Amino acid sequence: MEQTKEKLLEVRNLKKYFPVKGGILQRTIGHVKAVDDVSIDIYKGETLGIVGESGSGKSTLGRTILRLLDPTDGNVIFEGNDISSIRQGKMRQYRQDMQMVFQDPFASLNPRMSVGEIIEEPMLVQRTMGRKERKEKVVDLLRKVGLPPEAREKYPHEFSGGQRQRIGIARALSMNPKFVIGDEPVSALDVSVQSQVLNLMEDLQDEFDLTYLFIAHDLSVVKHISDRVGVMYLGRMAEIGPKERIYNNPLHPYTKALLSSVPVPDVKRRREKIKLKGELPSPSNPPTGCTFHTRCPEAHARCKTERPELVHQGDGQYVACHLYTGGA
Amino acid sequence: MRVLQRSEHLLEVKDLKTYFHMEGGRTAKAVDGVSFHIDRGETLALVGESGSGKSITSLSVMRLIPQPPGDIVDGSIKLDGKELLTLSDREMRKVRGNDIGMIFQEPMTSLNPVFTIGNQIAETLIKHKKMTKKQAYAKAVELLRVVGFARAEEIIHEYPHQLSGGMRQRAMIAIAMSCDPKLLIADEPTTALDVTIQAQILDLMVEMKEKFDSSILLITHDLGVVAEVADRVMVMYGGQIVEEAKAEELFTNPKHPYTTGLMGSIPNIDGEVERLESIPGTVPPAHRFPEGCRFAPRCKHVMEQCTQSNPELSEVNRKHKVRCYLYEPAGGEGGHQNGTDERKTVRST
Ligand SMILES: Nc1ncnc2c1ncn2[C@@H]1O[C@H](COP(=O)(O)OP(=O)(O)OP(=O)(O)O)[C@@H](O)[C@H]1O
Ligand SMILES: Nc1ncnc2c1ncn2[C@@H]1O[C@H](COP(=O)(O)OP(=O)(O)OP(=O)(O)O)[C@@H](O)[C@H]1O
Ligand code: SF4
Ligand code: SF4
Ligand SMILES: [Mg+2]
Ligand SMILES: [Mg+2]
Repeated sequence: MEQTKEKLLEVRNLKKYFPVKGGILQRTIGHVKAVDDVSIDIYKGETLGIVGESGSGKSTLGRTILRLLDPTDGNVIFEGNDISSIRQGKMRQYRQDMQMVFQDPFASLNPRMSVGEIIEEPMLVQRTMGRKERKEKVVDLLRKVGLPPEAREKYPHEFSGGQRQRIGIARALSMNPKFVIGDEPVSALDVSVQSQVLNLMEDLQDEFDLTYLFIAHDLSVVKHISDRVGVMYLGRMAEIGPKERIYNNPLHPYTKALLSSVPVPDVKRRREKIKLKGELPSPSNPPTGCTFHTRCPEAHARCKTERPELVHQGDGQYVACHLYTGGA
Repeated sequence: MRVLQRSEHLLEVKDLKTYFHMEGGRTAKAVDGVSFHIDRGETLALVGESGSGKSITSLSVMRLIPQPPGDIVDGSIKLDGKELLTLSDREMRKVRGNDIGMIFQEPMTSLNPVFTIGNQIAETLIKHKKMTKKQAYAKAVELLRVVGFARAEEIIHEYPHQLSGGMRQRAMIAIAMSCDPKLLIADEPTTALDVTIQAQILDLMVEMKEKFDSSILLITHDLGVVAEVADRVMVMYGGQIVEEAKAEELFTNPKHPYTTGLMGSIPNIDGEVERLESIPGTVPPAHRFPEGCRFAPRCKHVMEQCTQSNPELSEVNRKHKVRCYLYEPAGGEGGHQNGTDERKTVRST
């Protein structure tokens, strides 16, 4: 939590639109605004959690930051350098600093490569280390993620889900990254194993001074691991701030509804839920004004026409909602 | 000694064993000696990690185990006093249509993609409730309204792919409830859904249960969902029940080291812990259970006798059963006769 408040990454007005094809000619008939004008700062050594319903654009945001997807518009500034427009070739230099751990430990590892090869591969691509050095590093990384050196010789299918996720983490760490994006890194795991991986990620963060962007739909997990939390709705940031503020004093009606819906494993605390009408609207045809107005219990006239921007509400908490900008 | 009368339990499962015969002569003991009951109007939750045998337990009750490779090798399943395991396939189909409704995790696997929603509800009503087509469609519209479709008249003409995940799950509930089942089995009914939609579906299930005075067997791995809706809870591990208690008792006074480990593993949204507890290792596969207590290789309280024999599920008090030597009667082996409080209770912090 002791943030130096030094920015590692700045995301400025980032947009990622996917074309929607239709008709017999498969022409572009519209766009899915998966990420629509998102600006965030990520500070050195912190964990920024991103939550939101399925389809809200969390994964697309992560992939666009890493340039696994090219942005439609906007900038990503990493340690002062704008990486949103540089050529992919030049991107290689930044790639080693920024890594990703994926949700599905079964699909994200090449089944035909041994675990040793999987972890070594990024080092081979970078060609900065000798063979012996690489092998030593593999064993070292395996130990760090809690696997025995013999794991090197084995193949992904010989491991359980939690162990595969450890392998994915070892691979992500092989280039000594500064910034790691975890896209639902524990969602596919059983709870007892999930906590093993969460603890591991926290230990590694301390040891290697990592900065995390942690994407997940489980609000309890995100609260546990994050310093700050951003809440996405239909491609936009509805609210972002220190986790204590977001969880103890949520301001955006969507954040409130989301938090009230989380089932708590405590029989004495069945809480009052804020019920939302309907479901997430289609991102190819989002509602006008505030995109949440079709489900918002507090929607008023202004919400249908005017789009709310993120406004600082104190203590680093930003909210995009007209309720906090001079009322209806 | 039971007097012939309406049996007190709606569902009574005794010593159920469902095995899978695998290639190479191995046997997966997916469900290995499970006994439980569900009372009328009760919601019983079955929790446990992946592979613990939850789905196979519920599919056994429905007699939907693929055979081969699966086989219910032993036990008894009584619904309202009637033994299901000896029914003919035809009689069992009737039970599935009339008495037990089931909701699956992924509604697309159980909704038929080529028929409209209305068609799928009406079909069961025509077949099992002997309604005319017209009556059946009118009832279908009514049911869809009950599960929260404002445009019910339109929805009956739509196909499953035209609905969102939450709408499909609601349609599934409408189908499952269409014959006023006495028992609703819901296997991870909300796992694939977002929390705001999950909250709607859970409310709906409870509402339907009350409206139709039915009972629910709820299968889930989410302890939050359990705390929210269950009256009683069973924790399953390695094909067996390891703990059973009223929901309130289980959450305030969990006993089995597996249960306490699970509870310590989940971050609580209301609290704050520096570090989560975790259980080392993983759930063993059903064809390779360890000797003795199946949890022993992962248990921090493991004792010598734990690796030699498997403890019985025994009562620690009238409302609470545990399968663990830490709670067996002093000196006793596998005793589970009565409910005196003369138990060796060892604190498991
Ligand atoms: N490659 C693509 N082409 C077209 N549309 C896409 C593509 N990737 C994502 N989308 C759309 O963009 C929107 C945001 O998707 P995204 O995967 O980022 O959501 P998410 O928040 O990660 O959801 P989930 O919680 O389900 O993972 C969705 O409507 C999705 O259908
Ligand atoms: N057709 C099969 N052949 C062999 N083993 C099987 C078969 N079906 C299930 N099993 C085994 O039975 C055990 C219990 O499976 P089951 O599906 O009941 O688990 P579950 O508790 O429902 O898990 P999940 O939470 O993942 O749904 C598992 O070890 C599984 O591998
Ligand atoms: S701007 Fe209006 S519709 Fe949007 S969240 Fe605020 S009150 Fe609700
Ligand atoms: S019987 Fe022994 S190994 Fe099994 S849960 Fe109890 S203490 Fe642990
Ligand atoms: Mg995603
Ligand atoms: Mg299952």
